[in-house]
Amino acid sequence: MTEDEHREGIKGMANPGRYGIERIAYLLMRLTGLGLLGYFIAHVYETSNILRGRMGWDDFLAMTQTTEGHIFLALVIGMCVFHTGNGIRIMLGHGGVGVGAPARPDYPYQPASQNYRHKIGIYSSIVLAAVAMMYGMAVMFGE
Amino acid sequence: MAQVSSIADEQASTPLSSPKSIVLRISKFNPKSDESSKFMEFTVPYQKWTTVLEAILDVKKHFDHSVAVRYSCRQATCGSCGMMINGKPKLACFTKISELDSDVVTVEPMNNFPVIRDLTVGFEKLFEKHQKIQPYLIRDDSELESDEREFLQSPQEVEQYIQFANCIKCGLCNSACPTMATDSSFVGPQALAQAYRYVADSRDKGKDSRLNIIDESHGIWRCHFAGSCSQVCPKGVDPAMGIQFLRGYLLGFRS
Repeated sequence: MTEDEHREGIKGMANPGRYGIERIAYLLMRLTGLGLLGYFIAHVYETSNILRGRMGWDDFLAMTQTTEGHIFLALVIGMCVFHTGNGIRIMLGHGGVGVGAPARPDYPYQPASQNYRHKIGIYSSIVLAAVAMMYGMAVMFGE
Repeated sequence: MAQVSSIADEQASTPLSSPKSIVLRISKFNPKSDESSKFMEFTVPYQKWTTVLEAILDVKKHFDHSVAVRYSCRQATCGSCGMMINGKPKLACFTKISELDSDVVTVEPMNNFPVIRDLTVGFEKLFEKHQKIQPYLIRDDSELESDEREFLQSPQEVEQYIQFANCIKCGLCNSACPTMATDSSFVGPQALAQAYRYVADSRDKGKDSRLNIIDESHGIWRCHFAGSCSQVCPKGVDPAMGIQFLRGYLLGFRS
């Protein structure tokens, strides 16, 4: 970035510390989206191993039966649940659902679009993701 | 190299009965002569009502009159003195030092705007994008005939857009927006909120025209509803709300 533009760049976009839980949700949404895209590509590669026959398939699948593999899959579960829950919240918001109604603002101004419904949606998505990860780990490590 | 200076008691415009003072760090940068920005530090006395702008003007008056800062009304109406104050975009005239709860106050030019000098940024792109969304009433009968009355509206119709008409074009929302941080072509929350302001106005007939303008790859679809624009708006405009309503028209949620 040049000083002429004085843009914050990715560092500014990814800085979640200044603008509350909504900005943290924004960052998590992007990270989980990229993570799931990476998983999707890896998943296509993994399933293509079936072309190597049963032995090849079993060998590759054994990678997911390790401690690291379980942790990786637990992360995928967490990313998937958060991205889904928060995605539903955002899709509704994008249509103007649950973002409040226009009104004459009174000082101190509290933006109606950043209301408790959306905060509950964000926190619920985080909690659901954590619960799903814990359940996933309990199943995988409990084998 | 930082410079630390203190205002002599007899010179400060802020009454010095208060023992309280802060270190004011001011970003100095001239794109024509400097390679990078540097911070100058000044010790400034303050009272509980002293604003950041008043502290900067104290520095200008007593230490370094070369500090470039744009200001005018001193009452959050002109939208001139937007800057990064301790890392967040705020109006300097609308931010009291006592509210910052910090012994060090750092002021920098707003992000996502080209720096003219020190704390002053260029608003050309902001105004260009504002003009792009046709910020005026569009009607076939835009001129009133001599025997006609003004366009009447009910209080409920006014309520639909009056919040968004409070925009003072200070640029804080564009500075806080995560998309603006990486995409210089993005229309931005200021212009999008103003597009909604006119679309929601019952006197206006230019909805389709404006929706066509913002329905493009660097238009409304680049907003991801992070909401930072609404959190920093000093006038309660809530651009994030307007943008989502606007998108509701394009997605068929609204008509």
